[in-house]
Amino acid sequence: MKRPFKFTWAIWFLLAIHAVVALAGFSAPYNYETQDREHAYAPPTRVHFIDCAGKFHLRPFVYATKSDELNLMEYTPDCAQPARVQFFTQGDEYSILGMFHATRHLIGVQEPARLFLMGTDGFGRDQFSRLLYGGQVSLFAGFVAASFSVVVGLLLGSIAGMYGGRVDDVAMRVAEIFIAVPWFYLLIAVRAFLPLQISPVVAFLLVVSVIGMVGWGRPARLVRGVVLSARERNFVLAARGFGASNAYLLRRHLMPLTFRVLLTQMAVLIPQFILAEVILSFLGLGIGEPFPSWGNMLAQAQQYNVLVSYWWMLLPGLAPIPIFLAYHSLAETLQERIKSTI
Amino acid sequence: MIGYVARRVGHAFLLLFGVSILLFLLLQAAPGDFLSEIRLNSQISPETVAQLRAQYGLDQPLPVRYWKWVKSSARGEFGYSFAYNTPAAELLWPRARNTLLLSIPAVVISWLIAVPLGVFAAGWKGGWADRLFSGGTSVLLALPDVLIALLALLIALKTGMFPVGGMTSINAQDQGTWAWLRDLAWHMVLPVAALVIGSVTIILRHVRASVNEVLESTYMRAAEGHGLSRLKLLFGHALPAAANPLISLFGLSVALLLSVSLLIEVVMSWPGIGPLLLEAILARDLFVVIGAVMLSTLFLVAGNLLGDVLLYAFDPRIRRQGIRRQGIRRQAIRRQA
Repeated sequence: MKRPFKFTWAIWFLLAIHAVVALAGFSAPYNYETQDREHAYAPPTRVHFIDCAGKFHLRPFVYATKSDELNLMEYTPDCAQPARVQFFTQGDEYSILGMFHATRHLIGVQEPARLFLMGTDGFGRDQFSRLLYGGQVSLFAGFVAASFSVVVGLLLGSIAGMYGGRVDDVAMRVAEIFIAVPWFYLLIAVRAFLPLQISPVVAFLLVVSVIGMVGWGRPARLVRGVVLSARERNFVLAARGFGASNAYLLRRHLMPLTFRVLLTQMAVLIPQFILAEVILSFLGLGIGEPFPSWGNMLAQAQQYNVLVSYWWMLLPGLAPIPIFLAYHSLAETLQERIKSTI
Repeated sequence: MIGYVARRVGHAFLLLFGVSILLFLLLQAAPGDFLSEIRLNSQISPETVAQLRAQYGLDQPLPVRYWKWVKSSARGEFGYSFAYNTPAAELLWPRARNTLLLSIPAVVISWLIAVPLGVFAAGWKGGWADRLFSGGTSVLLALPDVLIALLALLIALKTGMFPVGGMTSINAQDQGTWAWLRDLAWHMVLPVAALVIGSVTIILRHVRASVNEVLESTYMRAAEGHGLSRLKLLFGHALPAAANPLISLFGLSVALLLSVSLLIEVVMSWPGIGPLLLEAILARDLFVVIGAVMLSTLFLVAGNLLGDVLLYAFDPRIRRQGIRRQGIRRQAIRRQA
């Protein structure tokens, strides 16, 4: 079947975003915990082409800023100190995947000028860099949690569909319980029973497993449906007639049939689970400072004065939108495809 | 009718039972309890802590605690809040009322918006209005709930026209019932609006999809051939034919709203179940956590029940054959909830 344009677009876009986020150390101008106390709540740095004298430059540049004498949070550009935007420049040291150490960044400017593409937070940390690092948490939490639920759903659903009877009853009743509770309440309740003060890595694993655990019910049901209907098909019956065991039938004949349904479920679940991580971190139940996640970055905007005065603190809330759009269109296309083949 | 409803209620009870068992099993797995922090305090002797544990019943095995909780739930207490020293129900009921005060208007308004808009969008399929519509709903659907809540708060703060947070003004009670009601309604505007924005798109999409399905059928084409007007065709014939899955959705939309509502309550400091749940988690006040989750499940189950009863009342086919599961559409909806 011909791939619709939207579908191709969504896949390439998601791949690109994930690559940029995975290489956050390189693509971000600063480290996520680099603090610049002189530039707390600095607005997004303006990138100029035309200087103070009105002359046009081909290469974009920024001005160093200095804070106002009276009001420390007012920053004015200093025309005497321009700095060109440089690519592949030296900066903070970072490591990629904990293996390669490097200091070269995709983009940056010479000190004393600063390149804050999305402004800074209350500690003077660059929001854009934190957004990229935060994507590592938020995007991958969604992905890992969705894989977890789908795998659990595949195992339990196919066993329930294959063996039927008592096993099926028990598995599906339990799945129903997980589906019945408004899932956000369940998510928070499950989180409630786990420790609160923990290190970021443990928190990440914990959040991922909690989200994955709450969401396995639906994939399990879908897989069960597929297995149940495929169990009676001729090629399966033939294989059984040749003496194939249940385990062999599941592995060789039935599980491969569920692949499409599960792929679609992944596309549906990932954005939902990304949002779950964002909300958990927003409520202070997920990944904690200093490591950024889109949720805990947004949490700072909950304070009234921050919300009113510093609009760029809301930008992390916009970050998921294009990603969700891409996942939604992916899911839509996959669903239509399944429908058209039935 | 009575037998049918009784069966549904029985099913709902079993479900609630299952959820409560699940929650207690999780409770067993939880490290630490309400007294963990007191134990770290060197000024309080281990004997006192042990005594407190015994007093709260934390030293007993899980089945005993579960049985005690079931008994207290039967009395309508839902266990005991350690932090507030009262039966959990006393905390939960007023909060539940406040949550419903937001959710019910939001459900009603969402449906009032979604049904006509969805029918129109289905009727003019393929036109620029339809394209605009599907583009708009995709973007709205991708909008994170957190952002909606924060934007509502921002509007309240920037314009100064709406109250920021809370349910009523401090002195509202003194100015008579009418003034109090007006004040309450004024406080409800933004949270309800945020809830509607958070939930209306999903309903809209389902209305459009199910009306679309009906419009493709041959009898609709026949009706069109007989020269029925577009409006009459859409609202008089297509909508009733498409109503079945939508009525099921009506019940499920309650669940959808509850999840969004939690967040909006927290951000807009509306004293509903959401903030209570969060507070209880941080204080490790476990019976309140269990109570809040049970309540939210209860709302969901009640919503489903309402949907089933409405379906029974509206559709003669179901009255005759007993309910047929609207499997696919339901699953699609639950996915969103």
